[in-house]
Amino acid sequence: MSYGGGELLSDISFKLQPGSFHFLTGPSGAGKTTFLKLCYGALMPTAGHVRLFGADVRAMTRDDVAMMRRRVGVVHQDVQFLDHLPLADNVALPLTVSGRDLLSENSNLNELLNWVGLRSRADARPPELSGGERQRAALARAVIMSPDIVLADEPTGNIDWEMSQRLLQLLVELNRMGKTIMIATHDLNLIRAAKSQVQARVLRISNRRLQLAGADL
Amino acid sequence: MKLDPTRIVEFLTGDAQADRIVPPTGFTARLTQFSAGAMAFLCVFALALSLATGRLAARWGDELARSSTIRISAPAEQVAAQTEAALRLLETTPGVKSARALTADEQADLLAPWFGPDLPLDTLPIPQLIEVIEAGDGYDAAGLRLRLSAEVPGAVLDDHTRWRRPLVKAASRLRMLGWLSIGLIGVTMAAMITLAAQAALSANAQVIAVLRLVGACDSYIAQAFMRRFTLRALSGAAIGTVLGMAVVLLLPAAQEQGGFLTGLGFRSWHWLLPLFIPLAGGAVAFLATRAAARKTLGELT
Ligand SMILES: Nc1ncnc2c1ncn2[C@@H]1O[C@H](COP(=O)(O)OP(=O)(O)OP(=O)(O)O)[C@@H](O)[C@H]1O
Ligand SMILES: [Mg+2]
Repeated sequence: MSYGGGELLSDISFKLQPGSFHFLTGPSGAGKTTFLKLCYGALMPTAGHVRLFGADVRAMTRDDVAMMRRRVGVVHQDVQFLDHLPLADNVALPLTVSGRDLLSENSNLNELLNWVGLRSRADARPPELSGGERQRAALARAVIMSPDIVLADEPTGNIDWEMSQRLLQLLVELNRMGKTIMIATHDLNLIRAAKSQVQARVLRISNRRLQLAGADL
Repeated sequence: MKLDPTRIVEFLTGDAQADRIVPPTGFTARLTQFSAGAMAFLCVFALALSLATGRLAARWGDELARSSTIRISAPAEQVAAQTEAALRLLETTPGVKSARALTADEQADLLAPWFGPDLPLDTLPIPQLIEVIEAGDGYDAAGLRLRLSAEVPGAVLDDHTRWRRPLVKAASRLRMLGWLSIGLIGVTMAAMITLAAQAALSANAQVIAVLRLVGACDSYIAQAFMRRFTLRALSGAAIGTVLGMAVVLLLPAAQEQGGFLTGLGFRSWHWLLPLFIPLAGGAVAFLATRAAARKTLGELT
């Protein structure tokens, strides 16, 4: 993968096992975000192949990509919302765009908002939220469709230890339900905390390669 | 997309949730609506003009094809002989298809509107009329006049085709101009909606990115924009059309002799035609927004 300059990621051969729990680390600018974007079809590889759920991304139509994204929950590093809609509607947005009945999912939505501690902020517009609140909201939005895979890019970047523990808890629980989780993070404490609860693997991007880090963390 | 009524209704009523994904924009919405209304208003007049000039051209064209007349005013005892002479002369005039002396009854019918049906025509010195039907390019009026004055001293050629022909031509041109205007109005409307839709699409780049991220199909996103612009154009054009029709209704009524100026309006079922303007406006907006949305969305990842 390259953005036109030199190669950013190369010689990577990796298969995300269903039900696995991965952390993705590496220095800033190493290409963590880029790697995740390749994983949900926001970027096309400049060389080599990326297969998502068995389908080559290059052969996917735009509608195929849309369908694929309903099975992949994504939390961006810079989370974005529809700023004119209240938080609850934003969290429910994946249901809306996929034509699900919102009423029947209402209890689900409330439970989820409780989980991320945003029940009381349900009517707030996204620009009124703090950075941490936005990240929690983004996580809630990423998991509301009960996706097969959750990709989170620095989901705990703006939140305190306690809240990040709760988010991790949510992700661990999702993993126990069989979901595949991949979290890009710098936070070694978070990784350690996770390792005590699930069998988490740590991938490290360095020298343009993706390496499985040892157990030495 | 096929023209399926249920799908059109479905599209227009839409679902409230999908509607909200595009942020409301009060001012530009009203601008779009206003422009659609203004275009529809103009379109009503262009349509009225086209139809009125069409009617005019048809009527004049009819009369043109019909004939010219020769009037024979002579002392009573000479009328029959001069009529004979004129008819003989016409038979040998190139460009005349046929010529025929009107019967007394026909002449009475022609005069009735002016003098009433009870006038004792047979006692009055009424000139004899000869109807001349032209063939092809018509005859040489000046030549015919010369020959008539030499052989039938009481004959006067009433040649209305000569001044009507250019009028019919002008009316046809005017009608074409009317249709051209309608076409231009449509194209302008399409251009305007395209610009507005494109502006809305780029102003909402973040909205589109978020929607794509959470798995919205292009068609879903496009529909939200298309619905909005179609409804704006439809409602704006409806208002403009109603106002335009009201103004046409208030124009002075057509008069028998008024010709073109007072004839600008709709006749009978033609009043239904302007009702298609809002529909056409909506369709134009639908297509223009769809094209703009497809273009914009196609350029995204
Ligand atoms: N759209 C782009 N065009 C060109 N270069 C880009 C683009 N996006 C990222 N890059 C470059 O690619 C490199 C990797 O970026 P990436 O965002 O993947 O890093 P990262 O590992 O996520 O860093 P961080 O930990 O700071 O988030 C950086 O040097 C960045 O400047
Ligand atoms: Mg990053």
